[in-house]
Amino acid sequence: MKRGFVSLNEIMETIEMVRKEKLDIRTITLGISLLDCCGRDPKEVMERVYNKIVKVASKFVDVVREVEEEYGIPIVNARISLTPISLVSAGFDEGAFVELGRVLELAANEVKVDFIGGYGALVEKGMTPWEERLISVIPYVLSSTEKVCSFVNVASTKAGINIDAVLLCAKVIKRSAELTSSRDGIGATKFVVFANAPSDNPFMAGAFHGVQEGETTINVGVSGPGVIRAVVEDLRGMDFRNLANEIKRAAFKITAAGELLGKEIARRLGVTFGIVDLSLAPTPNPGDSVAEIIEAMGIERCGLPGTIAALALLNDAVKKGGVMASSSVGGLSGAFIPVSEDAEMARCALEGSINIGKLKAMTCVCSVGLDMIAIPGDTPIEVIACIIADEMAIGVFNSKTTAVRLVPVPGKKVGDKAHWGGLMGEAPIIGVDSGRVDAFIMRGGRIPPPLFSFNN
Amino acid sequence: MSRAVITVMGVDRVGIVAGISSLLAQYNVNIEDISQTIMQGIFVMAMIVNVSQLPCSFSEFKKALEERGKELGVEVWLQREEIFRAMHRV
Repeated sequence: MKRGFVSLNEIMETIEMVRKEKLDIRTITLGISLLDCCGRDPKEVMERVYNKIVKVASKFVDVVREVEEEYGIPIVNARISLTPISLVSAGFDEGAFVELGRVLELAANEVKVDFIGGYGALVEKGMTPWEERLISVIPYVLSSTEKVCSFVNVASTKAGINIDAVLLCAKVIKRSAELTSSRDGIGATKFVVFANAPSDNPFMAGAFHGVQEGETTINVGVSGPGVIRAVVEDLRGMDFRNLANEIKRAAFKITAAGELLGKEIARRLGVTFGIVDLSLAPTPNPGDSVAEIIEAMGIERCGLPGTIAALALLNDAVKKGGVMASSSVGGLSGAFIPVSEDAEMARCALEGSINIGKLKAMTCVCSVGLDMIAIPGDTPIEVIACIIADEMAIGVFNSKTTAVRLVPVPGKKVGDKAHWGGLMGEAPIIGVDSGRVDAFIMRGGRIPPPLFSFNN
Repeated sequence: MSRAVITVMGVDRVGIVAGISSLLAQYNVNIEDISQTIMQGIFVMAMIVNVSQLPCSFSEFKKALEERGKELGVEVWLQREEIFRAMHRV
């Protein structure tokens, strides 16, 4: 090829990443501010919210498909994230909150996006009465809609952990699963509890458009565990420093592709480009797995000794490669370790090398938390709340984001399987340690923030 | 300047280059560079082309190209060139 032109090798490398290693952009997420939709009358607010979403996003999906076709990199989902709903619905009663959820579903259907997120609240320091009402109706919204996703931020390094909110969220998880019992509790898969939630995360179910963001933004969530796995697999025996470098190179390429597509979509829509979240997001498809990357490093089954070290190296190298490729890195940016969405992770959970304790430890060194884990349907609310509290503590005391997405699958017990289908996949029910913990969690109040947060 | 990359993959046989390039002429697409090789027994050809004078949309051209690929029994990809530059150049 002539000088300055791309080479045949470069072309083939990209094409093979898509064909064989399933490189894709997991999501293009359009963030929309709803701050100008506030008001006293719920009907008027809902009308303004619906109209704004439909107006801003009318061409969104068409543009995403157009850019996908022209650049030849698959884009799996187009989604919308909104200003946390609690901020535009001050004073609403329960009925109005349920109705607002329905309005979001209608708007999402009208503009043909896959998911719409932001139905939630930031309550790490305290809850207003209407925020409590909003949180209490989340199960009804999630069970009566398909596309609406919900989150609650219950903890931060600055504020500590709001245990009252943790308890409320444990109830939401339990009730969301019960109300969708015929579908293995799928309602709970659309609800995330956060510590230190990022305001520009494009991934569901926890995406929302933070108040510090602009009017509208395009955020990109890349994927690509298959690409990294292929790189690691080819490098058996290579020492860790060189291995980390090769992972960085691959992460650079994936991130650069995501940024290019995101910027082009933003340009065509006349919207500000926000960030690339360079997370490795697995899918249930063979080969598209984070657990398989860890195994390719030389650990027979994910979860065996060595797993935390391998995951730490992976997460860090992905961040470093991504930061080199783009000055607009944000969101969660690291390795995701959902159980049901990663077929190999689910297999390891079934065989016992992965359990809740190991998953908690893994979340100390990766970008998310306890994600898409199926637990017995009869797990008490207090135990769910304590699992959340543990995971929030990991986030708060390590100054990082952690999240919990648990599904207590109604009527199922350890050894059974939950099937959700599609990107959600399936998961074996994992055991939860039994024993009384209610005297701890029922103390209520707020766990104070760590010493190092007092740094003003 | 609007450049794209056409990649053709398949079993080597008479008429692949002719089949693709005649379609390009029909759509007013200039070939700026061509290279080809055999990778693991598969014929691979990449063309850098100029698509700024297309008489139709990018999407319609892509469909026509894929259709021609089917007739020739090869896999054809059409992608804007920037994606390769972004991914492989620091």
